Amino acid sequence: MEQFHTHTGLAVPLKRSNVDTDQIIPAVYLKRVTRSGFEDGLFAAWRNDPEFVLNQERFSGGSVLVAGPDFGTGSSREHAVWALQNYGFKVVISSRFADIFRGNSGKAGLVAAQVDEKVVSRLWDYIDTTPGAEITVDLVSRTITAGDGPDQIHDSFDIDDYTRWRLLEGLDDIGITLGHEAEIASFEAGRPSWKPVTLPG
Amino acid sequence: MGKTLAEKIWDEHVVRSAEGEPDLLYIDLHLIHEVTSPQAFDGLRLTNRRVRRPDLTLATEDHNVPTLDWDLPIADPVSRTQVETLRKNAAEFGVRLHPLGDIEQGIVHVVGPQLGLTQPGMTIVCGDSHTSTHGAFGALAFGIGTSEVEHVLATQTLPQARPKTMAVTVNGTLPDGVTAKDLVLTLITNTGTGGGQGYVVEYRGEAIEALSMEARMTVCNMSIEWGAKAGLIAPDQTTFDYIEGRPEAPSGADWEAAVAHWKGLVTDADAEFDAEIVLDASTMTPFVTWGTNPGQGAPLAATVPAPADFDSPTEALACEKALDYMGLTAGTPLRDIKVDTVFVGSCTNGRIEDLRLAASILQGRSVAADTRLLVVPGSVRVRMQAEAEGLHEIFTAAGAEWRGAGCSMCLGMNPDQLAPGERSASTSNRNFEGRQGKGGRTHLVSVPVAAATAVRGTLSSPADLDPVAG
Repeated sequence: MEQFHTHTGLAVPLKRSNVDTDQIIPAVYLKRVTRSGFEDGLFAAWRNDPEFVLNQERFSGGSVLVAGPDFGTGSSREHAVWALQNYGFKVVISSRFADIFRGNSGKAGLVAAQVDEKVVSRLWDYIDTTPGAEITVDLVSRTITAGDGPDQIHDSFDIDDYTRWRLLEGLDDIGITLGHEAEIASFEAGRPSWKPVTLPG
Repeated sequence: MGKTLAEKIWDEHVVRSAEGEPDLLYIDLHLIHEVTSPQAFDGLRLTNRRVRRPDLTLATEDHNVPTLDWDLPIADPVSRTQVETLRKNAAEFGVRLHPLGDIEQGIVHVVGPQLGLTQPGMTIVCGDSHTSTHGAFGALAFGIGTSEVEHVLATQTLPQARPKTMAVTVNGTLPDGVTAKDLVLTLITNTGTGGGQGYVVEYRGEAIEALSMEARMTVCNMSIEWGAKAGLIAPDQTTFDYIEGRPEAPSGADWEAAVAHWKGLVTDADAEFDAEIVLDASTMTPFVTWGTNPGQGAPLAATVPAPADFDSPTEALACEKALDYMGLTAGTPLRDIKVDTVFVGSCTNGRIEDLRLAASILQGRSVAADTRLLVVPGSVRVRMQAEAEGLHEIFTAAGAEWRGAGCSMCLGMNPDQLAPGERSASTSNRNFEGRQGKGGRTHLVSVPVAAATAVRGTLSSPADLDPVAG
């Protein structure tokens, strides 16, 4: 996985709560057997609306999505993370993420930065009033920064320590676990014999 | 201090625990389907890794499969490729697969329990958020993404942060005609879609203990819809009776040893939960959703709410957007909402008891003229059982479509979709925008409400139906 330290990019406001993964990418777009090419399905239904943020020229090339609470609820589809990444997003900022979406983001290298709901509102206001508004997301210091001067928005964000470390180092999760092979084998040796198996022994 | 059920199962599966790291959990059963696995198998190939425990892995085809003409090659070439990819991967990596046409094929969360593979105290994962269904057996079961599917394939473990625990205690008795689905829809509207976030939830209390295994699966299935990591119910005699004699259940001395262990899988009297919700089942009524997330629901007897009914500006705005999408006007009685399609099926309500309940209401009645009723069994076994009991004849006599097994219109990955603007009453689990087809409008309902709605053509409960003549 690619390392992530800090990213500064064009901010895109998504002023909705409960953006479930069916909205991020509808099921009919999940039929690919690759990890790429999902950008076409990103927010597919909403992109029919010419006013939708991703259809506005000023947000073209955006890489930091600022969304309402309960982002990524519903289906476990990691395709939702891939669709955001394939489109060009590096970071999603929200006041609350669904568990599975947050987990998938950490695995795939998308930063899910959780901030207070008031910070989301301030960021939206800043984006609304500032053409080309950019947000800097610093994973080292766990902070987001937007604007400058007395109105600068500078606040910390939450991300769990382990995910942060893996993203900073760009580590392969499976490789780390396979380093504990002896412990896995030892655990397996102690499993009760009545536990079910799917294949004849 | 004692432990909760969830903590006991967790502790029995910790392979490795270290300060500052998530616990490494052993996974007893990994269920696989065609949508969330191809990239995981590709990952194994790229890194020259193998499936560590094919004997703890089971695959079936459910999301894409057609429920008509399922004996023919899948018409949609992209769906067909995905299904064929699963077949190729299962063969290459030695994973047991129940493909379309196999007697054990069906929705992955219906197949596991009916084979007897789902047992108390297990850790069960699947690249599907409704894996929480298996929690009904007192298993710790949760949905994962494709990267995690690859992780489990390669290592049979998952690094997981220890979740918080919550008790949902449901006292009292559900009134006649009020089901487990109404119970869980009521709960989700009370908590909102994020209320369970970060928690493993244990459902307990008199009303939960009184539920059948299949009804318990309905409750646990929808744990994810209020954000819970997993939902589970302590195993009891109802659980043991359901499992005993199933193809993959332990037998003989193994059965005795297993049951002895399972009986200890209860929350200790002095254990403490991080949070608790208490509900009274006796006040519950048929409950339906009016909005575009499962937390936007109301009793069937109520009216469509207005944005002004919500204190929180976020919820008020969500209500406004939902009413717009759903084509509803605040103040309309829910019973006046006209429905085009009724869907009975899914991992929430596609088991034999659900079909029996639907048939008992449809017997001697007909589906309304402008309404379509799809009845989609959760598995081939469910379909066969229903046919053995003659339920399919009741459905077809009423004018319903009797289909093959799969996820079907729950998420519309196969041809079973709503047309834009079309409105459904659905026994499935999600009413998200476009979930059942682009522009489709979904009302989540229980099985009795679905059956009665099919007869009247508007959202209804069986109490609204005229008695069957003769």
